[in-house]
Amino acid sequence: MMTLKIIAILLGLAILVMAFIAAENKKLVVSIIAAGAVSLFASVLYLVLEAPDVAMTEAAIGSGLSTIIFFYVLNKIKKERKDHA
Amino acid sequence: MLKKVFVLAVLAVFALLLFRSFGWTDAGTELNEVATRYAEDGPQEVGAANLVTAVIVTYRGLDTLGEVTILFLTASIIGFFLATGRKGEHVPPTVRNTSEILQTASRVITPVIFLIGIYVFINGHLTPGGGFQGGAIVASGLVLMLLANPGRKVSHSLISAVESISGISFVLLGILGIILASGFLDNSILGYGRFGTLFSAGAIPVIYIFVGLKVGSELSGIVSNLQQTTKEDI
Repeated sequence: MMTLKIIAILLGLAILVMAFIAAENKKLVVSIIAAGAVSLFASVLYLVLEAPDVAMTEAAIGSGLSTIIFFYVLNKIKKERKDHA
Repeated sequence: MLKKVFVLAVLAVFALLLFRSFGWTDAGTELNEVATRYAEDGPQEVGAANLVTAVIVTYRGLDTLGEVTILFLTASIIGFFLATGRKGEHVPPTVRNTSEILQTASRVITPVIFLIGIYVFINGHLTPGGGFQGGAIVASGLVLMLLANPGRKVSHSLISAVESISGISFVLLGILGIILASGFLDNSILGYGRFGTLFSAGAIPVIYIFVGLKVGSELSGIVSNLQQTTKEDI
């Protein structure tokens, strides 16, 4: 049980780090990939919480198709995100 | 600068609320009444080895109908706004050839991905998975095909035909449940079979096959619409 708790805490920290990168980075490509990584770690967290159906759905849709759709849209837009501070 | 401070303040308020709510609920040691009824009587009543599938398709079948409707709405809105040109007119994309490794590997891997997706939604009542997961895997196989050959023609009429027929069949199976058995999407219209085999759980495999085909063709249609749209700006 302890190793599962440690894995869950590490996954939570990884999700936080990736989400921070997704929100704060200047390049959109890095943000999109970081959002996909958040989805991936969340899927593994669902597996640790013993919910394989939810993990499969999150991995296929959140981490796979959602990232691909973001990249197609980014290809159409082709703009760099300016700093609005 | 002020915007960042404001965002951090809102996040801090949310964090405080969530932290306070840690003390309200302690981890339950037993399920509540509805969940106990589902867990104890579910396998015998429904005949499916996967309890999650039993809840999604039979106990909460009406919510599944709502989810299928939302997916259909999304796909048709995207297909409406991203017109891909008139029928028969195919605009070839002006991209360079993809690498040979990608093309060759996609020829090997894409059938395997389709096979895994179809396996997941056919065996939805036995192993974790189901219609939505299997459909998403099938759609990602199509994404690999489109990534390897961007100029490949994807027949939109075939995708629309599969999606419409699967959706109508899903609703017809639900209405058959009302006519022949005790409620919408009741799965006792077919025999239960032996518990744990492929032909068990009544109509659940048939329902999930239609749901899997519908979700797979919908997501494939969305991706191919985004890739082949002739609009210059979205």
